[in-house]
Amino acid sequence: MASPAQPGTIFSPALAARFDRLVTLYPVRRSALVPMLLYAQDEIGYVSDAVVAEVAARIGITELDVRNVVSYYSLLKTRPAGKYHVQVCTNISCMLRGGNEILDHCKKKLGIPNKGVTPDGVFSLEEVECIGACSWAPAAQVNYAFHENLTPESMDQVLSDYRAKAPNGEGK
Amino acid sequence: MATLTTHPDCVPLVSYRFGKGATNIDKYLELDGYKSARKAMELGPDAIIAEMKTSNLRGRGGAGFPTGMKWSFVPKQSAKPKYVLVNGDESEPGTCKDRLIFEHDPHAVIEGVIIAALAIQAKMGFIYLRGEYRYLIEIMEKAVADAYARGFLGKKIFGSDFDLDVVVQTGAGAYEVGEESALMESLEGKRGIPRIRPPFPAVVGLYGGPTIINNAETIATVPHIFRIGAAEYAKLGTERNGGTRLFCLSGHLVRPGVYELPMGYNLKKMIYEVGGGIPNGKKLKAVVPGGSSTPVLTADEIDIGMDFDQVGKAGSMLGSGGVVVLDETVCMVEFALRTMKFYQHESCGWCIPCREGTDWLKKSLTRLHAGGGVDKDIDNIRYLAENMLGRTFCPLGDAAAMPTIAFVKKFRKEFEDHLEGRGCPKHRAAEPEPALV
Repeated sequence: MASPAQPGTIFSPALAARFDRLVTLYPVRRSALVPMLLYAQDEIGYVSDAVVAEVAARIGITELDVRNVVSYYSLLKTRPAGKYHVQVCTNISCMLRGGNEILDHCKKKLGIPNKGVTPDGVFSLEEVECIGACSWAPAAQVNYAFHENLTPESMDQVLSDYRAKAPNGEGK
Repeated sequence: MATLTTHPDCVPLVSYRFGKGATNIDKYLELDGYKSARKAMELGPDAIIAEMKTSNLRGRGGAGFPTGMKWSFVPKQSAKPKYVLVNGDESEPGTCKDRLIFEHDPHAVIEGVIIAALAIQAKMGFIYLRGEYRYLIEIMEKAVADAYARGFLGKKIFGSDFDLDVVVQTGAGAYEVGEESALMESLEGKRGIPRIRPPFPAVVGLYGGPTIINNAETIATVPHIFRIGAAEYAKLGTERNGGTRLFCLSGHLVRPGVYELPMGYNLKKMIYEVGGGIPNGKKLKAVVPGGSSTPVLTADEIDIGMDFDQVGKAGSMLGSGGVVVLDETVCMVEFALRTMKFYQHESCGWCIPCREGTDWLKKSLTRLHAGGGVDKDIDNIRYLAENMLGRTFCPLGDAAAMPTIAFVKKFRKEFEDHLEGRGCPKHRAAEPEPALV
């Protein structure tokens, strides 16, 4: 089952090479599973059926084993999010400094509910638990980038900066 | 980017290299880097552990277990390989200190792993960071690669006969994985479900081998103990609570931030002098002293020293160092509900008292906050929470129950005010959501 090189890989050569190495770092290949899924999602956009199949084959476990793990971790998504996934923290430290207001503002500005995706596929929105920015609250992450000490006005700026980065007509 | 905030009372020990470009290995070496690892190598396992015991360093993840003692539990002889595991899954609401360590001083984490590995004679270490900390994973991976290139990791480190491999691992979003046994499951490529103890990780841990698992701040403190001397380190703190710690001040403060202060520093002073007091002329209502799982303190309970023993005596816990400050405008039912929403979301579902308990507590608190509560609800909330205590594999159940009990006990009047027909005007009604996952 455990075959190191996949001739028909869905990943870029760089990521495939990274995965070839990753499985060799640990006493057991399966330890590479969680990082592999996250890095695959970063490249493909979400944990698609094809990702599940290839990751299962690379590690030498069943697709069911992989899906069991996927469903546990909140960063792993089985459907496409927006190109820019806006994650607003509303946990206690952020809540005390206006995290809910930032979330409401994003809903209004983007015209989508929590966990929604804009029709053009550029943005998605998610209310998240503590992201480790408590002393710089309220805070949000767009993909992996932190944006801290937010106000509705600075959040607008953050969103319009990402909007400007997305090529015209970009969508899923 | 996260930066340290300073105050004249701060003692820069763990933060000694913050803001000095120490992610660069040459800069790190210039600032006494990797000297402690060489010193530890000369001392040998028994003397390393003796030094750790002298330092009175206690685990910075939350439980405050003496680190030297934890290390001493690892058997000298073992048929299975031993491991050192760094817990950088920082997820306790109110806590944002490990971020600074990874961002400003990644080599201190590596050096701490080397010393721990020398102490128990482990040949492999893992540094586990939460998936959200992607930029820090990149910093850590670069630091590990640089350490390999210099011969500080890999075969025959520092020219000795000792081999040590270190791998940086990413999580993918799960508070539960910050619990030691769930973290080991995650590192084995599984769902982060806790293991029952005993056996403890020191005997049966990662891949079934004896394992030291320490919080990132704990590990990053280790080289500093050998840098200044264990006795000197111990003297910075209070009795049985050695050294300093990174306190994360958040919430209603004029100057929130992460500050390094001596263990035992007075909480009142921390809020009013270090944190600059409560903004907008408001009064202090309550303080969550050590992350969301620690029982709340009222405004007149804060004249205490911030070490594990003194906060414990005051009926709470020093926890993870996340000090969350609430002014008089905060609705305690809303705060209790938000706290419970978190634990309900994060419960892994393995132990029934936690899975069902957090869900029912969230439902009860939601109803109470919306104004639909009945008299019995308040006692039921407390009864339910009390029956979760100690009945789960891991402390997540306790972490959800303890603050809830304290909210009801100390702010019962506010819960009563929410009863029938007197819902909180601040209640946010749930709205239908599409499923993204």
